[in-house]
Amino acid sequence: MPVDAVQERLFPETDPSVYTVRTESFEGPLDLLLYLIRKNEVDIYNIPIAAITRQYLEYLELMKELNLDIAGEFLVMASTLVQIKSRMLLPVQEEEETEEAEEDPRAELVKRLLEYQRYREASERLSECELLGREVFARKFASAELGEFKPVEAPPEVELFELIEAFRALLVKVPEASFHEVGAEGMTVADRINEILDLLRGKDAVTFERLFTVPLSRDYVIVTFLAILELCKLRMVKLLQANSFGVIWIAPTLLEGDSYEEESGDRGRP
Amino acid sequence: MTVADLKSIVESLLFISDAPLTLERLCAILEEYEAPDVKAAVARLRDDYADHGRGIRLAEVAGGYQLRSRPENADYIRRLIRGKSFKFSRSALETMAVIAYRQPITRAEVEYLRGVDTGGVLKTLLEKKMIRILGKKDIPGKPLIYGTTREFLEAFSLKDLASLPTLKDIQELAGAFGDAEQAELPLGEPAEAAAEP
Repeated sequence: MPVDAVQERLFPETDPSVYTVRTESFEGPLDLLLYLIRKNEVDIYNIPIAAITRQYLEYLELMKELNLDIAGEFLVMASTLVQIKSRMLLPVQEEEETEEAEEDPRAELVKRLLEYQRYREASERLSECELLGREVFARKFASAELGEFKPVEAPPEVELFELIEAFRALLVKVPEASFHEVGAEGMTVADRINEILDLLRGKDAVTFERLFTVPLSRDYVIVTFLAILELCKLRMVKLLQANSFGVIWIAPTLLEGDSYEEESGDRGRP
Repeated sequence: MTVADLKSIVESLLFISDAPLTLERLCAILEEYEAPDVKAAVARLRDDYADHGRGIRLAEVAGGYQLRSRPENADYIRRLIRGKSFKFSRSALETMAVIAYRQPITRAEVEYLRGVDTGGVLKTLLEKKMIRILGKKDIPGKPLIYGTTREFLEAFSLKDLASLPTLKDIQELAGAFGDAEQAELPLGEPAEAAAEP
């Protein structure tokens, strides 16, 4: 049964307008103020602060009755309005003429309202643009042929676990030393960091495997791994992976901004 | 090779590409052709689509060219892909408008202009890749600054940022009060605290 009918039978004598609840929602206090200004057909440069403030507060009251959450911004605006109103009641003192206090207390608010209105209109016109996926459609597919050479755009960053997994896979490849070796390789993490940075210079990204090309030793793998972790910590490189268990790419972070421009380029072709 | 061949090559390239192709990229691929010829071929192809009532248009978006469906046919395409007709919320549109026109811009500045908390919307827009973090502003607190992305241009069928609808100029209107122009947006508390004791 329609609600209206029920209501009419229960409260035949009530004025239906009592039950009309405005469902329009406001984006914020500026939105609500603009609405009130338009509804009252008043000049935005000469806002009758008392009347508008009263309506504004009534609206907040209504929101409270409807158990709507009143965002803090609405309350801040309410106090701003009351403050403006009280300032307008104060007589303008002669001595203050030199100061900025002479300014209309409403000026700042009006400026914000106009500014807001401007962006709101812009957003309305933005929504009139032909939206991809609403009015217009374009080819969208993950093509293996087109995407193979490089990490796809903004791939998820690599989880530590994946990195460890890749590392483990590498360690398995290291031949087990069959006899005791005297002397150290003399490779430090700092050296390796510099080597990796050299390798990355001028490139968009290199694969994780690329860093482990020399005949592998356990020390070498571990030092390299630590170097990568250190570089990540310093935010000098970024680890990228297009899909789970896919190739891990190491990209220098400094180049990130410009390299995005030509993401679909074929410079990374092996 | 004839002119018609070049046009058909461009058409094939655009057909296969899943993102707008820039003229530079087209020229790089078509290295044996002169750039003006490639450009002319694109223009002819665009006219071809426009003149013959085709279901495809050659659109100029995000600094490149892309084949897109005719807007009038949107309903039928939605039946095909069974996609929901998606819409940006008003707060998302407002936030994008502010960022698009005012980038680079901090969250506090966006919130001052909109008058409401914008954290959640920014997060969603970042996830949808409509905006991105451009860096940090060199002021106390080093707040992040935001800007729009190429995806934003693609989504709204904009050729570039300059082709955003022009903002209504309010500078002269705001000047009606004759007060000093603020150089910097006063952030934070909007109420003037300059009232006398």
